[in-house]
Amino acid sequence: MSPELDYNWISGDTLEIKISGDYVSFDKKAQKDDLYKQIRHKTLKNIKFDTRNLGRWDTVLVVLLYDIVKTAKNKSINVDTSNLQESLKRLLNLAFSVPEHKTANRKNKTDILICVGEKTINIFNSFMSGIDFVSSSFKSIGRFIVSSATMRKIDFLFALEDCGYKAFPIVTLISFMVGLILGFVGAMQLKIFGAQIFVASLVAIAMLRVMGAMMTGIIMAGRTGSAYAATIGTMQVNEEIDAMRTMGIPVVDFLLLPRVMALMLMMPLLTVFSDIVGILGGGMVGVLMLDLPLQEYWNATIDAMRMKDFLIGVFHGFVFGCIIALCGCYYGIKSGKDADSVGKATTNAVVYSIVWIIIATAVITVFCQVFGI
Amino acid sequence: MSKSAEIKVENLTVAYGDFVLMKDVNFTINKGDIFIIMGASGSGKSTLLRVLTGLKEPTKGVVYIGDVDFWKSDKNVQNKIMRKNGILYQSGALFSSMTLAENVAMPLQQYTNYSDDEIGEIVSLKLALVGLAGFEDFYPSEISGGMKKRAGLARALALDPKIVYFDEPSAGLDPVSAKLLDDLIIEINKSLGTTIVVVTHELASIFAIGTNSIFLDNETRTITAKGNPKELLSSPPNNTVLRFLTRGIKGNEEAAK
Repeated sequence: MSPELDYNWISGDTLEIKISGDYVSFDKKAQKDDLYKQIRHKTLKNIKFDTRNLGRWDTVLVVLLYDIVKTAKNKSINVDTSNLQESLKRLLNLAFSVPEHKTANRKNKTDILICVGEKTINIFNSFMSGIDFVSSSFKSIGRFIVSSATMRKIDFLFALEDCGYKAFPIVTLISFMVGLILGFVGAMQLKIFGAQIFVASLVAIAMLRVMGAMMTGIIMAGRTGSAYAATIGTMQVNEEIDAMRTMGIPVVDFLLLPRVMALMLMMPLLTVFSDIVGILGGGMVGVLMLDLPLQEYWNATIDAMRMKDFLIGVFHGFVFGCIIALCGCYYGIKSGKDADSVGKATTNAVVYSIVWIIIATAVITVFCQVFGI
Repeated sequence: MSKSAEIKVENLTVAYGDFVLMKDVNFTINKGDIFIIMGASGSGKSTLLRVLTGLKEPTKGVVYIGDVDFWKSDKNVQNKIMRKNGILYQSGALFSSMTLAENVAMPLQQYTNYSDDEIGEIVSLKLALVGLAGFEDFYPSEISGGMKKRAGLARALALDPKIVYFDEPSAGLDPVSAKLLDDLIIEINKSLGTTIVVVTHELASIFAIGTNSIFLDNETRTITAKGNPKELLSSPPNNTVLRFLTRGIKGNEEAAK
């Protein structure tokens, strides 16, 4: 039996709505629109239903009835539901049993000025909170140096292990590949001029000065920074950080110190390791692809290596270590108390670590250029 | 503030942006009370607990802990006060990277000069008090929800606090474990004289342990009843309280009107 939705004015102020057939997945929009037009009629005071010929029905009918009753209530129109099936009446009663909470409706802020203003305030607050966090982190490191801040040794050792030797395989792989790519790209151009030997200098200087540190930084941001944010974010979800605060335990000392110290210590070492592996990767291209004698390649590499390039690279590593640890811990601590927030915190930690690594590289490079280092 | 008052809250208002969660909240918790903060879900019970434990600054009003205006005092004073409080969170909030012994030892290491051996002895005692003797080397992931709560309680008791706060202690526990935890709360209150503040809507716990209480109303956003929970049940000051205390069995007729 096909569904039908019809109406009938039984007097000037009373509308009878007839619903018949199997009212399942009813989607005749025109009929509904026509019905709502009648409900909006100024003279309407009462609504009745006729469901004598109603067969099967599903939630679509309940939605229609709910909308009709709600619209009618808003317009102070009486709705007589006595002719409805018992189960429909019960469902409608259930839906209207708890009045709508007016305060639960969120304000619809469509005003563009309000949106821009709120965004600006949020950005400013985030910036200030970031500054506050960085300053309290450095204060904590300062307190640690003068022995008034404590951290658990075991946490520091775990952090060292995690960002130290456990990171070796991935750092080895990526650094070797970067050295290989640098050597390969350089070789293609330098071969034209018969200056293949300069591949050794290219790879050595690039790896030592910035590429070793930068690639290690990017790997560690994805690997360790994200882990910091996820761990601390989950602690936030589990109320562990609230527990620390209420016990009066300085959260920054307890959570941040071991992680920052470990990364500040390990990142320069990983950078040195990455430099060596990258140079080996470049060497592989030089020796196997360009047929350069191993001894000659080695000598050219040693000639190109300067202490200041090496130190600048190590300094990059140190700065990147600070950035990754601070971003990871900051977004972890700022995480909300649900799974989605932890995911966002982890993403933010990685994205902002990489952004700040690139900004820091640019700043250090310009600084070195200006001062002729 | 009277001598027997441990906590006094005056004209407290808490808002999140434009949304006022509670307003004009006034109550006093006396020393040695088992004080219940009850109310329907979303009435602001847990937020009130966060205000009392220094995690959420109120929009307006005063919270006296002892004689100190907590939110007006400086950070060091607040930290000192918080050290005299113990808190048991819904999940236990144990540090997952530490064993139960390390969890309980943490506040002792932070704030006392006890040797490692002395701390070890205190930890064993505190764990024994909550029925977890022998579980020192277990990690939180290796024990049940009820045991986590008891371990959290052992940590909360580590520094012999004057006040212990409980956030929904029976949530997620089977009736027997919930009863055991209730008994433990009464025992701590009686044997140590600790003031207990419990946020809950579990009726069995409310009647079993509560000596005094307040009811936060969802609609009016303030306290609509104060007193001993059993007395509130026998002479409810309003219909909402009656419905709450009888799981909605009584008081519906008046509400329908």
